[in-house]
Amino acid sequence: MNNTPWTRKDLLSLYDLTKEEIVFILDTAEEFKKVSQRKIKKVPALRGKTVVNLFVEPSTRTRISFELAEQRLSADIINIAADASSLRKGETLLDTIKNIEALQADLIVMRHSAAGAPNFLAPRVRCGIVNAGDGAHSHPTQALLDIFTMREKFGRIEGLNVSIIGDILHSRVARSDMWGLLKLGANVTFAGPSTLVPREFIKAGVRVCDNLKDALVGADVVNLLRIQHERQRSGFFPSTGEYAKVFGLNSDSMKYIKPDALIMHPGPINRDVELSSALADCPQSVILEQVTNGLAVRMAVLFLVAGCLK
Amino acid sequence: MSKQLIFTGARVIDPARNIDQVMDIGVKDGVFADPAELKDAEIIDLSGYVLAPGFIDIHVHLRQPGKTGAETIHTGTKAAAAGGFTAVVAMPNTSPCADNPGTIQLIRDCAAREGVVKVLPCGAMSKNLAGEEMAGIGGLKSAGVVALSDDGKCIQNHELMRHVVEYSRTFSLPILDHCEDKILASGGVMHEGYWSVFLGMKGMSPAAEEIMVARDAIFARMSDWKIHIQHVSCKGAIETVRNARKDGIKISAEATPHHIALTDVEIKKFDTNYKMNPPLRSEEDRIALIEALKDGTVTVIATDHAPHTETDKTVEFDYAPFGIIGLETAVNVCMTELYHKGHLTLPQLISKFTEGPADVLGLPMGTLENGRAADITILAPDEKGVVDSSKFFSKSRNTPFNGYEYTGCAAATIVDGKCVFSRIDALSAE
Repeated sequence: MNNTPWTRKDLLSLYDLTKEEIVFILDTAEEFKKVSQRKIKKVPALRGKTVVNLFVEPSTRTRISFELAEQRLSADIINIAADASSLRKGETLLDTIKNIEALQADLIVMRHSAAGAPNFLAPRVRCGIVNAGDGAHSHPTQALLDIFTMREKFGRIEGLNVSIIGDILHSRVARSDMWGLLKLGANVTFAGPSTLVPREFIKAGVRVCDNLKDALVGADVVNLLRIQHERQRSGFFPSTGEYAKVFGLNSDSMKYIKPDALIMHPGPINRDVELSSALADCPQSVILEQVTNGLAVRMAVLFLVAGCLK
Repeated sequence: MSKQLIFTGARVIDPARNIDQVMDIGVKDGVFADPAELKDAEIIDLSGYVLAPGFIDIHVHLRQPGKTGAETIHTGTKAAAAGGFTAVVAMPNTSPCADNPGTIQLIRDCAAREGVVKVLPCGAMSKNLAGEEMAGIGGLKSAGVVALSDDGKCIQNHELMRHVVEYSRTFSLPILDHCEDKILASGGVMHEGYWSVFLGMKGMSPAAEEIMVARDAIFARMSDWKIHIQHVSCKGAIETVRNARKDGIKISAEATPHHIALTDVEIKKFDTNYKMNPPLRSEEDRIALIEALKDGTVTVIATDHAPHTETDKTVEFDYAPFGIIGLETAVNVCMTELYHKGHLTLPQLISKFTEGPADVLGLPMGTLENGRAADITILAPDEKGVVDSSKFFSKSRNTPFNGYEYTGCAAATIVDGKCVFSRIDALSAE
């Protein structure tokens, strides 16, 4: 993997990346996927490097995926959860990171509830920052694994019709998918309750639908987002029951989608809300493959950014 | 400096009296006087400069008492002098807050001792700015406040607001209102629009501002009393002010230099020096604001100078306090964006800093008329430079304009005939 077009010590958002950079990560991830299929699943790529997983906002699947990716790359790992950290004692995020850096950490994988927190840190520290999700802003490795999964199934991204359905307003996954997919030439549709699907997205080239049927007809990929119960309390929609009826993918609405369309979900699923239980486990669902691919994508990202540290 | 002065050679602009010509201005014992009657005056040549009535910033946070790590009356008024202002209206959200005569007295005493320019205290409308009970408005008036405001904490209870407006009329105290529906704007950190949607940040809907401006227009009409809309920032609110003024309602509005010069696209840098309330709006709103300055809907430019320490601002965007400083950049930014870009003539621009705020306050200021206090702002209208926040007199550095290239700035500031700031050789600060 010489002649790398990758020159960044940080991965903050797909908005910042070129098409070539995104493709390069996907190609690199393909190589790492093969590693996970070997008998011995570990490579020495990050031996001697220290990676700190700083999860200021709770996460299970993303944290475990990163942690395993780091282990497979032979990195030394430190996990910091917000509850146990000095952030609860009034230390600023920048001071926390400076302390981690003073321990000669090389990479920081960060999950944070505030949009832009990794963008705020990256220019202020020497170590690399990998964004594991910041508020509703960005979740680049999730989008990369979504796109990786689509590319693996269809052999291409250009021209694919991808519909993302649910709470778009609060979703960092929808935003990251959007930037990545648009850069690679896919057609992106957002759908859901109009209170949760801002029409401003039209200005970026996204098709915005107020009803499920329009979003499903002709879609090659249907990516469903979790509906968060706390949104209901804020009055964005009346009830999860009504949501399931109007915007949930179930045997009724399934008739609109192509027989070879993929059903995706970034997890965790609320069964029988955004997605009926039967469909979550049907052959068209690639939800668990997304999880598998996430590991390969995160290994690729960690490997690439580590290669650009000064 | 001698007791008698004659400023000669400058282009004198006094919008309140429609004066725009090269002429002599005399000062005797701190007040303007007919130069022909001055016998032993020191003559100061200001050829090439513009001489205007002292600029008044109607919206400033001096942070004293309470947050003197960010600013004090001394540093804030020094910054005001350096920015060309001869008087500032000090907002009441100090700690303790300025809802009582004692705190007003404290501010006035400190200003008399350490102030570099005039400090005009503004009292609170409600006790502790809590929006629940009316503050002691009569007592505040006796203590010397020039206006009333719950700045930053807009009164949400419409009935209380209605009573405050009616009651203040008795004391001739104008209301300065930060218009914001707290529920609609709750949790927001930037303007709700294209960029908040793309950045995934909680937006503050312009509706939160528009609704309260509409409310204020209604109460100003019902009470036949003056409500001044602080930092109006969105098109809809501007339209409400425009229509209300056409109907003869006693409503006025101010624009800040940052809303004139910047928009929400800046937020993609996640730099907390672009975080303020009301937030930087869309380009459409910015254009509407400039239009409102041109057609006279907006008669005042004010900074909303809001100092915060570097510690407080060097955090995640969501967690940073709202507010930026503005005293030392306002004239530079407005000369560049409004005068040199052809939106306003110099007399029009100067009016927004002089006649406009003086009218809102109803005070005999903002003009060069003989007998008035000799407060003067000298401008170098074509001087070019770059803003360097490390040289600010303010204690804080939270400005989005560091590195801003300007044309036109304040060259000297004179308060009661005394030069308090000068970059002119012929004029030295005392």
